[in-house]
Amino acid sequence: MNIVVCVKYVPDAAADQKFEDDNTVDRIGVDGLLSELDEYAVEQALQIKETGDDPDSTVVTVLSMGPEQATVAVRKALQMGADKGVHVVDDALAGSDALATSLVLAEAIKKLGAGPGWDLVVCGMESTDGGMGVIPAMLSERLGVPGVTLGSEITVSSKEGGAVVRIRRNGDASTDTIEGTLPLVLSVTDQSCEVRYPSFKGIMAAKKKPVETWSLGDLGVGPGQVGSGAAWSVVESAIPRPARTAGEIVTDGDGSGAKALVDFLASKKFI
Amino acid sequence: MPEVLVLIERVEVDGVREVTKPSLELLTIARRLGDPSAVVIGSPDADVAGTLKKYGAAKIYSVSTGEGAEDAGVSGYLVAPEAEVLAQLIEKTSPAAVLVVSTGRGKEIAGRLAVKTESGLITDAVDVTAADGTPTTKQSVFAGSFVVQARVTKGTPIITVKPNSVTPEEVDGAGSDVAEEAFAVTISDAAKGAKVTGAEPRKASGRPELTEAAIVVSGGRGTGGDFEPIQAFADSLGAAVGASRAAVDSGWYPHSFQVGQTGKTVSPQLYVANGISGAIQHRAGMQTSKTIVAVNTDEEAPIFELVDFGVVGDLHTVLPAATDAINRGR
Ligand SMILES: Cc1cc2nc3c(=O)[nH]c(=O)nc-3n(C[C@H](O)[C@H](O)[C@H](O)COP(=O)(O)OP(=O)(O)OC[C@H]3O[C@@H](n4cnc5c(N)ncnc54)[C@H](O)[C@@H]3O)c2cc1C
Ligand SMILES: Nc1ncnc2c1ncn2[C@@H]1O[C@H](COP(=O)(O)O)[C@@H](O)[C@H]1O
Repeated sequence: MNIVVCVKYVPDAAADQKFEDDNTVDRIGVDGLLSELDEYAVEQALQIKETGDDPDSTVVTVLSMGPEQATVAVRKALQMGADKGVHVVDDALAGSDALATSLVLAEAIKKLGAGPGWDLVVCGMESTDGGMGVIPAMLSERLGVPGVTLGSEITVSSKEGGAVVRIRRNGDASTDTIEGTLPLVLSVTDQSCEVRYPSFKGIMAAKKKPVETWSLGDLGVGPGQVGSGAAWSVVESAIPRPARTAGEIVTDGDGSGAKALVDFLASKKFI
Repeated sequence: MPEVLVLIERVEVDGVREVTKPSLELLTIARRLGDPSAVVIGSPDADVAGTLKKYGAAKIYSVSTGEGAEDAGVSGYLVAPEAEVLAQLIEKTSPAAVLVVSTGRGKEIAGRLAVKTESGLITDAVDVTAADGTPTTKQSVFAGSFVVQARVTKGTPIITVKPNSVTPEEVDGAGSDVAEEAFAVTISDAAKGAKVTGAEPRKASGRPELTEAAIVVSGGRGTGGDFEPIQAFADSLGAAVGASRAAVDSGWYPHSFQVGQTGKTVSPQLYVANGISGAIQHRAGMQTSKTIVAVNTDEEAPIFELVDFGVVGDLHTVLPAATDAINRGR
């Protein structure tokens, strides 16, 4: 089986997030890392490989589109246990929207599949840097395969006619069971598993794992199809919300805290 | 005026299918952009049609696939058929915009539709206004620390709107000349790849819906696993109950009540955080609440940077005493 995991390099949420002068997210000036929500995608791909019928012939490829530094994200996934990496990097990609990102990732997946084919694409539930949570659905649309998304529990079983992926999905009104037959795009939530830490052995092994770097030219995508110039929506302004003014803080002692709390709620007419 | 397509969501409440409040909010927003056309998968019964008209639908499309039970050709599968329905309606009506509720489902439908129709997409809008005939959106990003204004520049603007962005408004004298139009669609086999094979409806909590509640009382790791004081305090205020991920991950409260980046976004009149430190990912789900209150034993907890009022104290003593006072009429 060939599994492709899509992972994004994102600014560290603990650092100050900000916009560039052209209203795009600053991805260069802050420290970045493998999106924590994509660690769940890597973990699921590894578990599917390890618990599958044929771990030895299953290949997990990590795919990331992003700036030079995005190799950090690819490396981390390799340390966790993925087999090889592909990093799509090109100056023209700066400022790409979800439509362009999904186009590039879809073309990269097709190129990866040109030899042995691909069976399963695994994504995270959304990018932690204000992502839209739409890339997996867009990939499914562009690749013409089912999208089985937002799984909080995942099982893969072999059946006649191909392996079946079954998920539980927590919807607003109900919890659903959803299934599809490979090949398909799967996305997984942070409820789906515990993520492993890279072991010392994994960190050493990752140094020898191959990472290919592809440009837009390698994918047959024109520079005019991506980047801020090709975006199908524009950000007109990005204004920091005024900081909240510090409120009143009281220290509880002998029940004074509860009384002060109730008085505050009454003063605001909540009771 | 051009049509504005609004995808209507319905939920089953006690065996009756009702229009969700966020769908009615979309109708109110749609009226700013053109004539709202409600898109209902399956045929709406008289009550549903009546509600849609009352809230300003100028037209109702009842979509059917001719595949057995009411809407089996659409609802038995995951989102792809809904995107096909909307794509066919865009073709037919050339609308000014398409509005969908910003849920996991809604965003996926919108994403697929954008690819299909080569249209710009904006997700998680908290406001939509019309400027020079085109919709302009506001989004709250980076855990609510920035407000971004954006516009679609290609194709049909496809916009997903967060619940609670506006108050649904009834329209005076609406309803008399509303056209109901049956719209028959064929769903491709490709759209039927992800099949819904089972659904367990969520049990009613007896409390207000988390994302719609005027007051939300949340508990975190500081509860130590005991949500009783949180629930009792919530009930004294008629509030919904929320939880931090630490509380959910510990198995103390169900995931459907998680507030934050990977849970629900709430924006109530009052948010009370108890035993919650205020991590950035939690703030992402509650930072835009009008009034914020916290109870926490640690005066250094980051949540106190956000609050209008805070109590440095133990929730296990502060909350029961406050609950008592409120229940006794203070
Ligand atoms: C990708 C990602 C997504 C995430 N998504 C979410 C999300 O959606 N929602 C979310 O909440 N978190 C989310 N998190 C986790 C988040 O980073 C925090 O770990 C989490 O919010 C902490 O929960 P907490 O505040 O309950 O626990 P803690 O941070 O442990 O805080 C507990 C607080 O309780 C106080 N306390 C202890 N005892 C008492 C007492 N007796 N009375 C009063 N106060 C007491 C302590 O002083 C402390 O401030 C996410 C993390 C990541 C990496
Ligand atoms: N630039 C990227 N490179 C690789 N994968 C990505 C990229 N952007 C998004 N993804 C994948 O798509 C998922 C959803 O992202 P988003 O729609 O941006 O919220 C992420 O969790 C990743 O798995």
